[in-house]
Amino acid sequence: MRADHENPTPENPGLQVSGVAVTLGGNQVLHDVDLAVAPGETVGLIGPNGAGKTTLLRAVLGLLTPDTGTVRIAGEPPRGARGHLGYVPQKHGFAWDFPITVAAAVLNARMVTRWGGAARRADRDAAARAVARVGLTDLAGRPIGALSGGQRQRVLVARALAREPGLLLLDEPFTGVDVPTQELLVGLLGQLAEEGTAILMTTHDLAQARAVCTRLCLLNRTVVADGPPSGLDDPALWLRAFGVAESELLLTGTAKEAT
Amino acid sequence: MIEWLTEPWQLAFMQRAFIVALISAVVCVVVGAFVVLRGMAFIGDAVAHAVFPGVAVGFVLHANLALTGAAAGIVTAVAIALISQTRRLNEDTVIGIFWAGSFGLGIVIVSTQDAYTGDLTSFLFGQILALGDSDVIAVAVVGAVLVALTFLLRRQLIAVSLDRETAKASGLPVLVLDMVLYAMVTAAIVVALQAVGNVLVLALLVTPAATARMGTERLGTMTAAACVLAAFGSVAGLYISYHYDLAAGGMIVLVLTGMFLLAWLAAPKHGLLWKRRSAAPLEAR
Repeated sequence: MRADHENPTPENPGLQVSGVAVTLGGNQVLHDVDLAVAPGETVGLIGPNGAGKTTLLRAVLGLLTPDTGTVRIAGEPPRGARGHLGYVPQKHGFAWDFPITVAAAVLNARMVTRWGGAARRADRDAAARAVARVGLTDLAGRPIGALSGGQRQRVLVARALAREPGLLLLDEPFTGVDVPTQELLVGLLGQLAEEGTAILMTTHDLAQARAVCTRLCLLNRTVVADGPPSGLDDPALWLRAFGVAESELLLTGTAKEAT
Repeated sequence: MIEWLTEPWQLAFMQRAFIVALISAVVCVVVGAFVVLRGMAFIGDAVAHAVFPGVAVGFVLHANLALTGAAAGIVTAVAIALISQTRRLNEDTVIGIFWAGSFGLGIVIVSTQDAYTGDLTSFLFGQILALGDSDVIAVAVVGAVLVALTFLLRRQLIAVSLDRETAKASGLPVLVLDMVLYAMVTAAIVVALQAVGNVLVLALLVTPAATARMGTERLGTMTAAACVLAAFGSVAGLYISYHYDLAAGGMIVLVLTGMFLLAWLAAPKHGLLWKRRSAAPLEAR
């Protein structure tokens, strides 16, 4: 029950993953993965730990090369499409003790491939807009080390948005985040999708995934099911993907504990 | 008092010492800021020790000690960067191996020499009072290049410090940047060797930046403050060394360490005394 995707538009053809297989340390982590994210779509990548969610994200980011298959972003391989990419990593890998303000950290994300020279007006404006969209304008001058968990997640989202990406990738955006930030993220992702951004996120949070995603993609080394949240009510699907019924996943709140 | 301050400046070797100490201080601080912020202090130490066998080889071959020292330091730094990529071993472990290995190599090379002369010891403990004009020029040129390079690469160095994975995904050559930073650390160390010597060079690289970090939350302010601290420490160390006939390199390091301890105790917000004071009302409750 694969959803029919609209044909990618030439201006922003989103993401196309075709027949991707990845072997890491002799173990096949992914095989025959097909996945497309069209502009305006928000796709949630759901699966237990070890299902290959992060590996797939890394392949899309161009941080690892698949054994077979292709990844195309805006029709280009990841290395050629980095300007289109915004990446929101998990909070714990970030150096929050680095002495830098919110505004400077966001501007840095936009300027990162500019060698020397000063930031232009357009760069500062884009960074300021990104900070405003995550509701941190009042805290723009604050050191990142002084922020709460939710505020930190907003900084990471603003860093990705400052690059004005056509494809936004988020790794567990709702993990360890306060309710106001969760609500802000749900609203913001909805807006971005309306503006035509293609969004792909990994998540353990099924409730949030249902609230924000137009499609859910159940991954367990390969795509087990892919369709709108309402189309994934068949318990047999969830049993096949994770070995448990969806109701159990919802009861525990996360797919993680179901592994 | 004025005479106490002006007297050393009347001697040409002290003028050169002041200039080299000031340049070393600034260069080490600018590069050292990233060393401290990335928790790489240990690699500074490894490179400083790796310079030792290079210097020993240069001594045996009668070559330029600074050049052979720099070459050995850069080879070690690059090897550490490459081997750390395997991720099977912790970076600290790899650094530890090279740190010990290169020092061992240096000792073996030195032991083959009958005459263990002052040339070599001056590299270990600094030779700031015995510099020629050409040394001063070399230090100034290398120092200027390093400061300019750090300024040019600041965005990329910050991005890699913040988050390697995202930096890589944005298309930054993270491994190359690591090696460039390690090479810059090596060059800064070789520059500072002249002032404080092989054993004490880590103090210039790490201590002023760490001291400044106690009191500021911005990289620019931290670097500027650390430059002022390091320059003050170097000049003050030289004065004390001159007037009381104490080892120049060691004295510079002692002044820097003293300032760090002071900051650790008294820095606003992060200092020990401040924390005590703000904790007191809680205890009273």
